[in-house]
Amino acid sequence: MSIQLTINKKKVSLDIDPNTPLLWALRDHLSLKGTKYGCGIAQCGACTVWVNGEATRSCVLPLSAVANADVTTIEGLSEKGDHPVQVAWDQLDVPQCGYCQAGQIMTAASFLKKNPKPSTTEIIDGMSGNICRCGTYHRIQEAVKLASEIAAKKKTSSTKKSAKA
Amino acid sequence: MKNSRRSFLQQTALATSAFCLGFDWFKAEGKAGAMVASTVEAGRFNAYLEISSLGKVIIYSPNPEIGQGIKTAFPVVVAEELDVDWKDVEVRQSNLDTQRFDRQLTGGSGALKHSWDRLRKAGATARQMFIQAAAQTWKVDPSACKTASGFVIGPAGQKASYGSLASLAATLPVPTEPTYKNRKDYKIIGKRTKGVDNANVVTGKPVFGLDIEKPGMVIAQIIRPPFGATLKSFDATDALKMPGIIDVVSFKNKVAIVGQSTWQVMQARAAVSCKYDGQNLESESTHKKWFDEGMVTENAQVNRKDGDFKAAIAKAAKVVEATYECPFISHSPMEPMNFFADVRSDGSVLLAGPTQVPQSAQKAVATLLNRDEKKIEVELSKMGGGFGRRLNNDYALEAAELSSLIKKPVKVMWTREDDMMGGIYRPAVRYHFKAGLDAAGNMIAFYLRGVGLNAGNSTRQDNFPVGAIENVLIESVNQVSSVTTGPWRAPITNFLGYAEQAFLDEVAEAAGKDPIQMRLDWLARVKSNPVGKITYEPDRFIEVIKQAAEKSNWKKKPGVSQGFSVYYSHLSYVAQVADAVMVNGKPKITHITAVTDCGEVVNLSGAENQVKGAIIDGIGHAMFAKLRFNEGVASPSNFNSYRLIRGNEIPTIDAHFVDNGIAPTGLGEPALPPTGGSVANAIYAASKKRLYRQPFDI
Repeated sequence: MSIQLTINKKKVSLDIDPNTPLLWALRDHLSLKGTKYGCGIAQCGACTVWVNGEATRSCVLPLSAVANADVTTIEGLSEKGDHPVQVAWDQLDVPQCGYCQAGQIMTAASFLKKNPKPSTTEIIDGMSGNICRCGTYHRIQEAVKLASEIAAKKKTSSTKKSAKA
Repeated sequence: MKNSRRSFLQQTALATSAFCLGFDWFKAEGKAGAMVASTVEAGRFNAYLEISSLGKVIIYSPNPEIGQGIKTAFPVVVAEELDVDWKDVEVRQSNLDTQRFDRQLTGGSGALKHSWDRLRKAGATARQMFIQAAAQTWKVDPSACKTASGFVIGPAGQKASYGSLASLAATLPVPTEPTYKNRKDYKIIGKRTKGVDNANVVTGKPVFGLDIEKPGMVIAQIIRPPFGATLKSFDATDALKMPGIIDVVSFKNKVAIVGQSTWQVMQARAAVSCKYDGQNLESESTHKKWFDEGMVTENAQVNRKDGDFKAAIAKAAKVVEATYECPFISHSPMEPMNFFADVRSDGSVLLAGPTQVPQSAQKAVATLLNRDEKKIEVELSKMGGGFGRRLNNDYALEAAELSSLIKKPVKVMWTREDDMMGGIYRPAVRYHFKAGLDAAGNMIAFYLRGVGLNAGNSTRQDNFPVGAIENVLIESVNQVSSVTTGPWRAPITNFLGYAEQAFLDEVAEAAGKDPIQMRLDWLARVKSNPVGKITYEPDRFIEVIKQAAEKSNWKKKPGVSQGFSVYYSHLSYVAQVADAVMVNGKPKITHITAVTDCGEVVNLSGAENQVKGAIIDGIGHAMFAKLRFNEGVASPSNFNSYRLIRGNEIPTIDAHFVDNGIAPTGLGEPALPPTGGSVANAIYAASKKRLYRQPFDI
């Protein structure tokens, strides 16, 4: 019995064990390798994706639980890699080894959707569920702040454009 | 994306096998991942550098990238001396290429130290060849020409791009003594250069070892025995019936489950039962006993002896004594161990994956399988951290052995539990220090014994303050354990640095001296009249200490308790001041000031990342990490109980660098060893509690 779901705006049908965690369905069966395996027990956040817009740990989420759901992975966060969070991550040169960063970015982007103008304390709390073994935490926190500013500017300029139109 | 990765690897393989040293011209495909490959002519000026007639500058970075930023730092140096704009440079990771490169490895914070001159020469010789080519074309004196942003500029204002000169330049003799830039003219070195892989990382491109996919590849996981045990038997009857399972095979006391997909292999693995034989398997109590025995044995190895410690301590006015201990810990890089191997019937082998030492992997696999080294190709993937773990190729050898057994290309993948329970660990060590002070509080005798479990020499006998003390005895004892150990970021010094710096804080207190002034007094002594051999430069020590005192407002911050430490390792000097305050009756580290002398800072952004990352690493492991053993089995096994530091547990950090223009030295490790010390000393200053064990009990 196959399971249907939407991944990065594309409809997908998977005919595999419905207990397969979404992480391995993405990595092994859809060749979407951006979502990372770190611990397999939802502790580190490297596998974070969005399910129906909510940041979710994909390593413990069986495929059966996301039937007909809308999943976004790092590959689908933006078409050109220019989501404000991605831009901020590059500008502030956040990554060291880079392995955890897809999960960090998906967490950050989801956090900013809910809280577009976060305080420093809110950023620290919002991001502390994701482990970075290289210790890029300061830059992660600064980049979330920067991303919120980039997004705010984008919004202002697009509002202006539509006002002109 | 899978396809672009594959075609990139194919292109790189083509590029590196197509021609040898020299100035061969070849046809190569265009930029990795391009939808339509453009065919360009390209000239490889040297191992690092290729410039096409279209002006494309490709710089090859040979060393494995593990998060230390070497893939960015190496090309920065070449580009600087070549005098091109960084935006015009394309960086490519070179696969293992023993013809072109030596020391193609990641370890010991040694890459820039080793390659600085080579990299500068690679850029500077090519730059000079472009000048020569332009001068010949224009019939002018080369010394009247200069370069800027990839152009040669002639005396009458003539201008020619490197690309337009490439075909002529490549035929000219390579200058043996090129002219180098004056560092005041540096445009890229010392500035902030963003990581060359950032775009791949933030868009989730498959650049890591675990992302590797090859045609016909199968997946395997391996059940490994408890340390010291041997596999007696295993039952895979049920596992073999499970969907997607191809084979279950045993080698070297291990059982490998081979299947089509990761999840299927994980499921089948749980259905395999193994029986082991083993006597006297090690537990925590075994390790305690070995520490106790090692501390009293007469058979210690003497690593340094200055003067007569025993006579001096006997007449000391005051004796300070302390014992420090650290447990085995796991490296726990975010990307667990994994490796791909394809051992083919034609004698060739393809290895691919994350390793800090690709050439060792090549040699070890050649020996293991009795194959010709030259037929073993090694592709380097980006590594999701390593911290020393990937200096040991055990997991690459597993992949090669398994591939030869099942006759299939295979990717061996360790789970987090495998990674945490399977070694190779930072060795557990216990240190005993003794200091004798005279009536004026001067240290006249210093003793250290290190007892390590599979640690080799657990001391670093030439460490400061050795050189300033008349009577010194430094010894080590190594106890052989079946628990596998290896280098862990700043091997030995990652804990020794803490123990020494915490002990010296006790010495300063007993002597009634300021910890900073005490060290400066010792260094003055080393400068005027050193005791025995010294391996560090006292002036560089003095500079980082003074700057740290100044930048941290040492002992001038009301309401803040401070701890000091300074350490020399991997040829770099790092001084730290940690600030602590009491919050709800508990000490909290709020800030760390770090001053580093690593010589020339090649990439300021990367350098800050390394210093801050190493400090956070140091705090986290000092505070939280510990493995215990029971009958040869390690616990805990995953991040739910093996705690790694998180973003809400870090202090603010200021990273300063001494600007002295000395050739660069190590930076991946040196900021870590002093961290435990500055933190423990600040915690003592705030709470009056000394910390003698990692993980800290606060």
